[in-house]
Amino acid sequence: MLNIKRKTKGEAIFDLFNNFGMLLVCFATLYPIWYVLVNAFNEGQDGMRGGIYWWPRVFSFESFDAVFQSTGIMTAMGITVAKTLLGTLLHVFFTAMVAYAFSRKGLIGGKIYMLFGTVTLFFGGGLIPTYLLMRDLHLLDNFMVYIIPAMFSFFDLIIFMTFFREIPDGLEEAAKIDGANDWLIFIKIVLPVSMPVIATIALFHGVYQWNDYFAGVIYMNNMDLQPIQTYLYRVVAQSSSSQMLAAIPGGIGKSVTTQSIKLATMVVTTLPIVLVYPFLQKYFVKGMMIGSIKG
Amino acid sequence: MWFKKLYSQRHIQIMALLGVAWIIIFNYIPMYGVIIAFKEFNIVRSIGEAPWVGFTHFLEFFKDESFIDVMRNTLGISLIKLVIGFPLPIIFALFLNEVRSVLFKRTIQTISYLPHFLSWVILGGILTTWLADVGIINNVLLALHFIDEPISYLAEPSYFWSIIITSDIWKELGWSAIIYLAAISSVSPELYEAATIDGAGRFQKMWYVTLPSIKATISILFILAVSGVLNSNFDQVLVLRNSLNESASNVIDIYVYQTGMQQGRYSYSTAVGLFKSVIALVLLLIANRVTKKMNDTSLF
Repeated sequence: MLNIKRKTKGEAIFDLFNNFGMLLVCFATLYPIWYVLVNAFNEGQDGMRGGIYWWPRVFSFESFDAVFQSTGIMTAMGITVAKTLLGTLLHVFFTAMVAYAFSRKGLIGGKIYMLFGTVTLFFGGGLIPTYLLMRDLHLLDNFMVYIIPAMFSFFDLIIFMTFFREIPDGLEEAAKIDGANDWLIFIKIVLPVSMPVIATIALFHGVYQWNDYFAGVIYMNNMDLQPIQTYLYRVVAQSSSSQMLAAIPGGIGKSVTTQSIKLATMVVTTLPIVLVYPFLQKYFVKGMMIGSIKG
Repeated sequence: MWFKKLYSQRHIQIMALLGVAWIIIFNYIPMYGVIIAFKEFNIVRSIGEAPWVGFTHFLEFFKDESFIDVMRNTLGISLIKLVIGFPLPIIFALFLNEVRSVLFKRTIQTISYLPHFLSWVILGGILTTWLADVGIINNVLLALHFIDEPISYLAEPSYFWSIIITSDIWKELGWSAIIYLAAISSVSPELYEAATIDGAGRFQKMWYVTLPSIKATISILFILAVSGVLNSNFDQVLVLRNSLNESASNVIDIYVYQTGMQQGRYSYSTAVGLFKSVIALVLLLIANRVTKKMNDTSLF
């Protein structure tokens, strides 16, 4: 086709500059992350002198040791893992369930339900009324504050619905004839054939749960229940490095600095996401398209 | 008759109503709670008991000395973000689409949306490391003799907006481009072939074929961007602000957070938040109307 034709000189120059520009974007994207990585692997005291750009000057695992041995950080990490797993599971199941019900033809009240939900895309209560609600529901200082208020999203419901409408009716009818009720059809038939959209929403929500620090900031006074991002927020933004220093066990405190342990914590916190996302990207690109066309 | 139908869909109705119940509790009850903006609410009284005070809290905000700062920062950051941050992903998508090698294209894409998956807390950590006195920016500028002594960027209000806008673009450029790339990929190849036969070069094809073909997508995303204009990156600003850069970092969401959560002025803070929502809604309607007039695309 077109590509078989020989490139003109202008085309060749265009391609050269374009590819170069793209490499520049890649470098600008990756280098700040690389910089943090090499500095995290550098010995703490030496790192304070600065000037580590490409490779650690004095290679050391000590900051990572300190991270893995400090109970405060590890507790926070555990909370994050727990809320990400449980939160994502419940969010996907619940939102998909409601979306399945809403997407059924002939649902009595269906139009009103949709209108009801659509309003929430444009209006909200804001910070204080939401906080007061959490207080009244006894969700303050309660682990479930990460899970229940994030269990449902109307935007994700729209993405689910778009997908569910594509499922051939015959599948459900066949199951009905075999005597399956709606719950069984949803769990045994609809969910299994919806893996692409489930993967998309799971990734979106998983990333949200993993990265969210604000719920921990406003709803949690109990430090044992704060997620790692809230922990890091307190260190990064409020410079309460004393919290971090206190968390370092005595034995290895010599060369580890608050800065180096901060960098190591950032690397440990980010790694799971960086490892997961390339595998899921074929799903979320598709999911984002569905969401945007209808949303 | 419909009662029989209702009974036959009882399982489905239970599923739907569980969702509706969630929406009522977590979306509509806070909306009702907004009325404390017009009341003198405090923790010991319930919302119903609190006395009405009309628009007192709104007037208080307009007269407050932070009002000018807050509005300037909110609108300033948002406007620059709209002007620079909105077109950049489109340009990036257009040029990425011109990359010939499929493997190279996929690699760039995968790399470019990596930052989207990092939290603002992590990015805050990266930025404070980069912008520190002994950070890479100062080291490089010192080595090149552009500056004589290190600058504390995050302590200087004059740098704050640039930091916010640059880091936001860095984080979201690749991610925002996905949607345009998807739109571009559905443009009919025949259009390009026809343009080639007419003697169009690469830039001309981008300008006369690709861009008009994705106009609808651009319009929709523009409407959404305008309506979100007042949400000047709460997470991001919260992580990067400090008492030294306050005059440039105090945006409306931060002000709501400070007055509400930190000072406990619930009614006042809710009034400020409501003021923001109303403006955002008006902006949404205006943007929707304008794009509808311009090219027949609109959200509703």
